[in-house]
This record gives sequence, C-alpha cells and structure tokens, in this order.
Amino acid sequence: MTDDKRFVPDEGLAPASSALPGAAGPLQETGPPPRNKWLDVWDQFKHHKGALYGGILFFAIVLVVFLGPLVWPYDATYIDIRARNQGPSLSHPLGTDQLGRDTLARMMAGGQTSVSVGITAMLLALFLGSLVGVVAGYFKRLDGILMRLTDLFLALPLLPLLLVMVLLFRDSLNAAFGPETGIFILIVGAIGVTSWMPTARIVRGDVLALKEREFVLAARSIGTRNSMMILRHILPNVLSPIMVSATLGIANAIITESALSFLGLGFPPDFPTWGRLLFDATDYLQQYPERVFWPGLAISLTVLSVNYLGDGLRDALDPRIRGR
Amino acid sequence: MLTFTIRRLVLAVPTLLFISLVIFLLLELAPGDPMAQVPLTVPPEVKEKMREALGLGQPMHIRFLKWIVQFFWIEPQILIDNIFGTGFADGKLRVMSWQTRSPVMDIVVQRIPQTLWVVGTAYMVGVLIALPIGIYSAYRQYSIFDQAGTFVSMIGFSVPPFFSGVLVIVIFSVNLGWFPSIYDTTHKVVDWDSFVIQLRQMVMPVMVLALQITAQISRFMRASMLDNLNQDYVRTARAKGLSEYIVVMVHVLRNSMIPVVTVIALGVPAIFGGAIITEQVFKVNGIGQLLIGAIQANDLPMVQTLTFIFALLIVVFNIIADVLYGILDPRIRYD
Amino acid sequence: MKLKSVLLGAVAATALAPAAFAERGSDGHVNIIYWQAPSILNPYLSSGTKDIEASSLVIEPLGRYDPDGALVPYLAAEIPTVENGGVSEDLTSITWKLKDGLKWSDGSAMTSADVKFTADYCMHPEGGCAQLAKFEGVSSIDVIDDLTVKVSFSEPKPNPYGPFMGGQSPILQKAQFENCMGAKAPECTDANFNPIGTGPFAVTDFRPNDVISMEANPNYRDPAKPAFATLTFKGGGDATAAGRAVLETGEFDYAWNLQLAPDVIANMEKGGKGKTVAAFGSLVERIEMNMTDPSPSLPEGERATAKHPHPALSDLAVRKALSMAIDRDLLVEVGYGKAGRATCNLVPAPAIYASGNTDCMTQDIEGAKAMLDEAGWKVGSGGIREKDGVKLSFLFQTSTNAVRQDFQALIKQWWSEIGVETELRNISASVFFGGDPGSPDTFQRFYADMEMYANNFDGTDPESYLAQHTCEKAPKPESQWQGENINRFCDPEYDKLVAEMGKTGVLSERGALGKKLNEMLTKESYVVVPLVDRGRVSAHSNTLGGVDLNTWDSELWNAADWYRIK
Repeated sequence: MTDDKRFVPDEGLAPASSALPGAAGPLQETGPPPRNKWLDVWDQFKHHKGALYGGILFFAIVLVVFLGPLVWPYDATYIDIRARNQGPSLSHPLGTDQLGRDTLARMMAGGQTSVSVGITAMLLALFLGSLVGVVAGYFKRLDGILMRLTDLFLALPLLPLLLVMVLLFRDSLNAAFGPETGIFILIVGAIGVTSWMPTARIVRGDVLALKEREFVLAARSIGTRNSMMILRHILPNVLSPIMVSATLGIANAIITESALSFLGLGFPPDFPTWGRLLFDATDYLQQYPERVFWPGLAISLTVLSVNYLGDGLRDALDPRIRGR
Repeated sequence: MLTFTIRRLVLAVPTLLFISLVIFLLLELAPGDPMAQVPLTVPPEVKEKMREALGLGQPMHIRFLKWIVQFFWIEPQILIDNIFGTGFADGKLRVMSWQTRSPVMDIVVQRIPQTLWVVGTAYMVGVLIALPIGIYSAYRQYSIFDQAGTFVSMIGFSVPPFFSGVLVIVIFSVNLGWFPSIYDTTHKVVDWDSFVIQLRQMVMPVMVLALQITAQISRFMRASMLDNLNQDYVRTARAKGLSEYIVVMVHVLRNSMIPVVTVIALGVPAIFGGAIITEQVFKVNGIGQLLIGAIQANDLPMVQTLTFIFALLIVVFNIIADVLYGILDPRIRYD
Repeated sequence: MKLKSVLLGAVAATALAPAAFAERGSDGHVNIIYWQAPSILNPYLSSGTKDIEASSLVIEPLGRYDPDGALVPYLAAEIPTVENGGVSEDLTSITWKLKDGLKWSDGSAMTSADVKFTADYCMHPEGGCAQLAKFEGVSSIDVIDDLTVKVSFSEPKPNPYGPFMGGQSPILQKAQFENCMGAKAPECTDANFNPIGTGPFAVTDFRPNDVISMEANPNYRDPAKPAFATLTFKGGGDATAAGRAVLETGEFDYAWNLQLAPDVIANMEKGGKGKTVAAFGSLVERIEMNMTDPSPSLPEGERATAKHPHPALSDLAVRKALSMAIDRDLLVEVGYGKAGRATCNLVPAPAIYASGNTDCMTQDIEGAKAMLDEAGWKVGSGGIREKDGVKLSFLFQTSTNAVRQDFQALIKQWWSEIGVETELRNISASVFFGGDPGSPDTFQRFYADMEMYANNFDGTDPESYLAQHTCEKAPKPESQWQGENINRFCDPEYDKLVAEMGKTGVLSERGALGKKLNEMLTKESYVVVPLVDRGRVSAHSNTLGGVDLNTWDSELWNAADWYRIK
C-alpha cells in the first residue's frame, strides 16, 4: 500500500504564495525556516547534471541558429552555381549543396524554423493533451465525450485533414498576420491539433489511477477545490509521461513540418528547415554523406537536450528525490 | 467491469457512425480530384465523363448512405458468403475503389498478410525489447546502460524512417548485399528455405520500425518505473523482506504499466494501419502503402473504408486499454 | 560463346531480326520495376501511364509508334495510308486489315469483330472511357470480313490514326468484355485485372497497386518469342529505389522513368550492374505566364479571369525579359543531365512540326534589364522594378518535385538580378493537377502569376495540343475552372490558324502551320516560356538485351524482343 499522505505539502506545482497548505503541514520540519519551494526546485534543477548539460546544449543550439546568421556572410538562399556540391572548406565549413548554397547558412536558417516550430507545436500539443487528459480523467462526466473526441481525432486521416485546414485557414491567416507569421501559426496549429491525442490518453490513464490514491482522497476530505487539486496534486504526478511526450513531440513536430512542406502546405520551397534538408539529402546519401549527417545530428541533439531538460525538471519537481 | 465493457461496446456504435460521417465530410471538403493522375493530354470533357462514371455526379448524402449500406450491410454478407459458400450478396454492388475499379475489401484482404508480417513482427520485437530496457534503465537510473539507452532512443525517434530506411538499404543491400532491397509480396512460405528467404526480406523493414517503437515505449516504461520506484510501498515491500526481483517485477512493474498499456494500445491499430513511409521505402506494399496511394489518387471510397477500419480498431483497443487499467489497478472504477 | 554474344548484340542493335536461335521461354525470368504501381490493366478505364504501359505487355493495338515516331503495324498487316488505299482520298475513312491467324492467349481466334467491339466498348455513353478522345469524330465502325474493319469519320480527319493506334487504344477480346459495357464496366474486376490479349505475355496473378506476375503467351504470333518464360512487374516506392534496384543491387532488370538528379543517376551507374538509356519525345517543361490578374484583392469569380488583364505580365517586354534572364543550359545541367535539352519550343518534335526557334538559348541579363528600362519599368525601393505603382513582384508556383524546386530557386535568383521579386510556392501534385473546382491551388485555376509544369501530346500529331490555346478554352468560373488554355492567351489570329490546321491534310502544310502556331505562343508573345525538352531516362541491367526506349508509345512496346545476354 502506498502512503502518500505524508508528502502532501510538497506534492505539487503549487503557486509560491500558497507554499504552506492549510492541512497536514510538514510533520518533522524543525531545522531552518521554511524556504520558498521554487528555490528548492531551482537548486535541484541546476545541480542536476543532465539538466545542466541539456540546458547548455539547448541554449547553444538556439544561440547559433538565431545569432549565427547575423555574423555569417552567406545567405541561406543565395545560389553560387559555380560552387555547387563542394566538400567542407574554409569558406564553406559544411560544404555546399547541389545549387551551391552554403550548408552552414542553410543549417542555421533551417534551425530557426525547425526549433521554433518544434518547440511551439510541441508545447501546444502538450497543453491540449494534458488539458484533455486531466479533465477527462478527473471529471467522470466529461470523460466519455472527451475520450470519444480523442478517438475521433486519432481516426481522422492526417493528410486530408491538413489539406482542409490549409484550405480553410491559409488565406485568412495570411491576411491577418502577414504571410510568414500566418504560415507559422498555420503549421504550428496543424501539428499541434493533430498530435495531442496520445498525450491525452496517457495522461488520462494516469489520472484515473491517481485520483483513487489516498493522498487525493485526503486532500478532498479537507475540502480542496478541484482546480487546486488538479494543479497541486494531480499534475505534478503525471509530469513524467508528459515530459516523455514532450521529447517525442519535438522530434515529431520537426519531421512533420518537413512533410507539410512537401505537400505544399508549409513554408515556401526555398525556405530551408532541418527536416527538409534531411529529406533532400537522402538521395545524395552515397555521394555526400555529410549532407544527411548535419541535419540528422542537429535534430537528434535538439531532441536529446530537451529530453535531459525534461528529466531534470521532473527530478527537480519530485520531492522524494529532491535533496538526495 | 463486465457491464462497463458492454456499455462501452454499445456506445461505440453511434460513436463509430459519427466518426464515419466526419471522415466522409472531411474527405469531401479536402481539395483533390480522382482525375489528378490522369495525363494532361486527356481533354476535360473526357475527364468529366469519367467522373460521372465514378458516381461523383450524385449528391453527397446519397453517396454517404450508399457507402454505409455497402459497408455495413453488403460487405458482411460477402464475408458470410465466403465462409459458408452461401449467396446472399450475389449481384449486389460492393464498395468499389476508384483507382482499380475493384472491391476495396478484396484488396484490403490481399494486403493484410504483408502488413501483419512486417509491421506486426516489428511491433512485437519493439515491445519485447523496449520493456526490459525501460525497466532496467529506470532501475539503474543514470548508469552507463541508462545513458546509452537514452542516447540510442533519442536517435531512434529523431531519425525519420525515410532516412533510416534508405541508410540500411545502402549499407546492407548495396554495399554488403546481405538482404534484398525490395520486398517480394508474392513470396510464399512453404518450407524452411522459403521461411529463411522471408526472414531475410523482413529484416530491414522490421529493424527500422522496431527502432522507432522501442525508442518510444522504452521511454514511457522508464519514466513510469522511475515514478514508482521511489514510492513508499516499494520501501515497505523491501522492508517486508521481499526479494528485489519480486519487488521490481511484480509490485513496481504492475503499478507502472498504465501509461505503457495506453501507448501499446494506441500502437496496435497502427499495426493494421501499416507504416506508410517504411512500407514505401522497402516496397512492402501493405495497408499503409494502399492508404497513401489512395489519398494521392483521391480514391475516396478506398480512403473512407481504410480510415474507418482504422477508426474501428482505435475505438476497440481504447476500450481494451480502459479494461486493462481496471485490472492493473483495481481502485480505478468506471461506474 | 563470344561470337554468340556479338551476334546477339547485333540483333539488339537492329531490333528487328527474328531471334532464329532463340526459343520461347528459354531465358527464364525477367523483373521489371515501375515506381508507380499499376492499378488496373484496362487502359480504357484508366489513363495513367503506369496502367497503360503494364497492359501493353498483354494487350496490343493494331499499330504502334516506334522510337522515331514512325508507325509500325502490330496486329494489322500494314499501316493504311492514302498511298496504299487504306485511307480514303477524302480522309473520311480508314480500313485496317489484320494479320492472318492471330490468336488470343486463350487459343481462340482474334477477328475484326473484336476490333469493332473495342470501339463500341469505349464509345458507350455510360462507360466513362478514359480514351474517348481517341475515338473523337468516329461515325461508324464496320466489319467488312473477318480480317478487315473500316472506321468512318463524320468529317475529314487529317490524322486518322486515333482509334486502335498506340498503347492507349489496344484491342480487347469481345468474348471477355461483352458483358462489361457501359455502367457495368467497373464491375468486371476479373476482366479488368486479367484481360485476355494477343501480346507476348499473359497475366497469372494481378495484385492491384502492388505486383503483377505474367508468363509467356503460349499463342503469341511469333513462335520464338518472347524469350522470357515468366515476368514480374513490381510497382511502388520511388524513382531512387527503382534505380538502385537495377543499377546498384541488380535485383531488377528494368526500371522505368528515373526522374532523378543527374549526379544521383551517375553515381548509381557506378554500381556497374546496369546502364541507363534516354530518349526524347514531346514533353516540355515550361513556365506559363498568367495573362489575367490573380490578385486576391479581386472578388471571387473575377479573380484570374479575362475581365482583369494582368497588370505587369500583359506587357510583352516583361514576359520577354523574364525569359531572357533564364539560363536554360544550366537548368538542364542541374536538373536533367542527359535526359534533357534546352528548348525554346513548345513542340520540340517530330521534326516537321519543330520550329528552328533558338533565340532564347543564351541568357542575357543585361539585355533583359535594358528591355525593362526601355519599357518604363524603373528600379524602385528594395531594388524592385515598378511602373505606375505596379511592382514586378510575382508569385511563382509549381508542383512538389525536387527538380522543380531547384529550378524555382535558380530562376528566382536570376529574376532578382533583373529587379524582379519572386515568391515561391509548391503544391502537392495530387492537388495541383487535380481539377477540383473547390481548390484554389489547381494549375487550371492559376491563382499565381506564373507556374511551371510539363506537358506533351499523344502520338506524333500536335494539332489538338496547339488547339488548347484558343480563346474559348480558357478556364473560368462558369466552366468550373476546366479548360486547357491555362494562361488565358487569346488571339483571334491564333484561333483562325488552329481552325485552318484542322482542315489541312497535306503534311508539309500542317508542319508549316504547326511551326507558326508554336512561334506565336513562344518567341512572338512569350506567354509560354519553354525551358527544357524533357527526355525519359530508364535503366536496364547489363544482362537484359533488346531494350529500345520509346517515348512515343509504351516503353515496353518491344518486350517480345527482350532477351537475356548470357
């Protein structure tokens, strides 16, 4: 039998202002005065080796792709046809592609799109998935309808769905936000709306089990409101599957974005992204293996860094591990 | 639990009907034309005639009702006819594909074996590898094994099959010449030698798919085990003097299975749905290849039927997952 | 042994000597891969190239086109012409005579009744026949005797070789398809999947969109052919994989249409298992200029219609300058290699219709700038030219295809050098080439300033192809955006010449008219900017002999002559 009651005070992602709950206060807290819980979390997070390396890596990737183009002399779309298919050299450290465009410049420009689309779409999918999952798992009355909705979305064929979304929203979004932001919103929306379902099902499964646990019953018996219950007791306990979904989601979003541009639903064709660079280079796998290597590495490193960040965050928020 | 299952199964019928309607409307709304693959040399008047011959001239609701009748009434009769040799469905019009002008279900039946062989095997292999990896990675968190597992699984789902498939073809077919790069769907397994040939042509697609499946499931397994390994009941169990094996493999594992069961149940319909890109790369030509081909050719009856079968499996396996939750954790109640 | 292979090589080169030392089925098995999988083997129900070419192994027309575009009798004893009396002097009828003793693969005799049946089958009003255009103008088909059939036209037909000629119009067996007329056509699944034919092979197993197994036709008219006893026709995947299977791993003997970048193909050929062959037809990659205004600010129903001429592209100087800025040789080098040649013509072949127009061949950036300056398009803010508030800023769309996207990027750069700004868009081929009137992204609807795609014509006569650019064929909302005059070009003079061509039977005069029409669209008006005359590259293994690539008919037109080089 589990005995979670003791951990109620530290259970969750509570707002800092309510660090001390009304009931079942810390039983053996005698030492130093109570610290702000978020400081504890931060302490744990920054001492977490995985989180540290993951964070540095992620920050470095973001820095290079967003600031790199400012100092790098070549434009990602500039064609120098005489210099095509070149190997690595001083002027083109990563070589050039079949039209003589500088691969480093394209990697950086592609990274801007891929990282921003990947992160935003992943966050959107996570938000939708966790919301639906928690609400469905927690409120029995909404479970049926929300899960049938999830079934529906899981069953809808992806390509026609995307085509319809583009047909319906492309022009209005372009008109409202301008072509680039419009397409960005469209792509992030399309990926987010079509990839939240697994997260929702997984979260709901965990919530169903969690809400029958003793600490939840205990919290309820002292009159904790539903919103508080979800935020403080339920959410922190389903954080680990959500973090795994986040890592999977970012890889998925980057690859899906490239699939969208082949359908003509994404960014204009001369706009590089990592997924697209990887796909284009696959044909040249035997002649120029380095061309698939760079985008493949970049996607893997981004996913890896997000994974370690997620691990660190999860460990930091788990009071049982904290301080170990 | 039994009443719950029955209630869910009954509720599934209107759900599925609604899903089929949404799919139909979605396909109607999506831009596309079954004449897209017709060469430009064919004049528009002829194309218009061909569209009419496909029944596209009829209003939408008639076409939907036709599909419903054909799929839910005539196709089951065909099935009964095939099993018992009866003749209920003689002369009735079945769901016909626009591309091939032949009954959709016949093609689906033809495609199922290769999809089950390849995708099914990959899924089993993937799950069987993923569970021990996930459990051990969690048990020895941040050990070399765990770190290596993390790294491999990150690459596993960062590298899409359109690339990893081509990579293994170049290595194992072109350079080493070990395995065929093109899957022979007409190959029949009759004896040991033909079984070996079948294995050889399955190795690469199974490898590519299993990598992805393993990567995904082992991460969920690991995360869920980690959550449970630090719970007090584990300490209690250890204190009681239970062996480490029993503690981890019985107590912790059982409590960690809920998210994993969800992920596996979400994945099973995908076995039948096939693996679109992997099937394309290795020319396995299973259900996935059928679906993508039908979408590209705007073969609506085919897309509608395949998607609906897919929906059916999703609904059924999600019910199974819900029932399994109840078995894994008896505290979960649905009524 | 050596001598034999030399001899075989010689046979392959001429491709007509009967393989006297060969025997039917003596060369075992042959594997063919098409990266698009055939869905059906009845070309009257599907006009996809994959389906037509696969069916050409089984069912045959009366005559085919050879690699030079000349007519070759297949089931017919000879090609009817005015000279040999087969075509009437007034060009209203053509009389075909069949070869003696032809048999279907099931052993029954093939007669002129089958020929007439084929026409009835396709011309049935409810059948939705994909090859109806081949039978346009046919008033009646009469069986004269068992071996003779006469096709009459309602008006003089300068090119009477529509029906029963080429891979699109093969002869079906009456006995098999008798109950499949009209609305019943799609119900005859067995017949559509396994047509009984006169060709070198007969189907043993057909799996739609996957693989076809065939065996040599035991009743094929040449007892020594085909050399292969069995054949596998695999479909699916992509061009890269098909090329790899023939050139690098040697698993397959023949791969169709390798649309790949030239250096990818060159690298595959280093595998040493096979070689590529190339041939040219009439397929031309081109840029179509929109003569109407596609601006989204116009109300739906008026956008991209003749009501609003294009604000910039209506100016000949702009269109010509855009064409001058393009380096076609470089496009060929980057995108097609030996499978392409730069061209300035919409009709690149056959020779009697091909104009000598080569004035677009050399890129002339400075000339283009000068021309725009002269026409009043001055460089404005951001280096983009403008005149009277109209900026030279265009949307350039095409279908999704790696080579086309490379072309778009290159052309965008050249245009930017002359002060023209371009936004690129690519659209999935199944939407772009589909005629869905509800989609804004089809090539007919043309909601862009220019678009790039390739088109060709059937057979060797470009009349109907050139007739696509007459005024009334412009796509418009009233016609559900159907129509072949994609750029909405409209010139009464052009329409008059097209009508004249329809009445002219003398070949040399037709040639002159064809050239004139071609030039009106290209070098005189630049509404169509041809880029590349696209050939076809296919690959065959080193051990497959007898391949003679044909772009005017099915690539597999001479599969009966294929053999294994030992």
